[in-house]
Amino acid sequence: MSTALYLLRSDNVAARQIGEELMIMSARDSALFSLNETAAILWNAADGSTPLAEIVSRDICPAFDIDAETALRDATELAHGLAERGILQVGNQPFDAGSAST
Amino acid sequence: MTDNARPHSLDVGIGGVHVRLRTDSPDFITLMADRFRGFVGHVDAPDHVFDVDIVPVTYAEDESLDGITTEVRVLRDGPKWRLLCGDFDAEWDPRTRHGHVRLHPSPYSLDSVLRILHTVMLAEQGGMLMHASSVVLDGKAYLFTGVSGAGKTTISRLAPDHAHLLTDEMSFIRLEDGEYFAYGTPFAGELATPGANMRAPLAGIFLLAQGPDNRIDPLNAGEGIRAVMANILYFAKDDALTAKVFDNAIALAARVPVKRLTFFPDARVWDLFGPTA
Repeated sequence: MSTALYLLRSDNVAARQIGEELMIMSARDSALFSLNETAAILWNAADGSTPLAEIVSRDICPAFDIDAETALRDATELAHGLAERGILQVGNQPFDAGSAST
Repeated sequence: MTDNARPHSLDVGIGGVHVRLRTDSPDFITLMADRFRGFVGHVDAPDHVFDVDIVPVTYAEDESLDGITTEVRVLRDGPKWRLLCGDFDAEWDPRTRHGHVRLHPSPYSLDSVLRILHTVMLAEQGGMLMHASSVVLDGKAYLFTGVSGAGKTTISRLAPDHAHLLTDEMSFIRLEDGEYFAYGTPFAGELATPGANMRAPLAGIFLLAQGPDNRIDPLNAGEGIRAVMANILYFAKDDALTAKVFDNAIALAARVPVKRLTFFPDARVWDLFGPTA
């Protein structure tokens, strides 16, 4: 886990908070997603410039009482899963610096 | 109002939206008048005008009308919309309320164009087309939605004699002065019968499941939105319109009760509906 990851919310989705549920609608394939608590944290923090490790230590570890290494591993997997569904973009450089995304 | 190239016209009014179809083919007008029976009739000022050019199916050099492609594409083209499939190629300009359609001489092709056109028009106005049957009972409209085979046609067929079937296939929902109304449509499913050309305030949306008895259960907000969203007819891969459709579903589910109806397929299920439903 040596490479920093950066997350950015995709442009072609619409996110709406319904009570405690964060729902995401994709314009790409009209799919509707309901994000769990961890995914919602990643979505809300995905500003394109904050490293995932910082998001994990700042937002996830305190919320779930989990060690940083495990949390970062799980969050990385989750971030890539969200990227595969077109919800987030994931890159190894800050997005405002023009990083390649996956 | 016709033009020299397309001297024949037909006004089709669905959900209070009147579309004038102009063509050079009297036979196609006859075909359409039958397809949309109950929903045709001259209006002095149609809301939209579409020029319809009939393209023979054998016209092999027409790349867009290949007669094979079944995927519907709805694309924003500047201020216009483009609607494409293997049997039609349409464009519509909301500013001028004018459109042009090239299609194969099938009533199903124009039926598809009108359905898709209404999905775009309604989305901009807070309404929607939904895969659902709808029935008016005692002045209230009830929508029944769910996956194919859930019983949309069955429950509409079981409705009391004094009920009015709005559609067994495609429900037309409009937002008017803050209240939702269901309109009848000619878009028929298994019953192959146009709905009643009328409207009623929408009193409930029911996600269907079949079971050994009849029961209505509440859905939470997220479940209600998912039930609505999963059944809205929608094709455009467009960021702004997608967000609009999503917001429309959220607003509808907030305003109109969305519940799960488990029912045994006989007429007693309608005992659950009436003045207190």
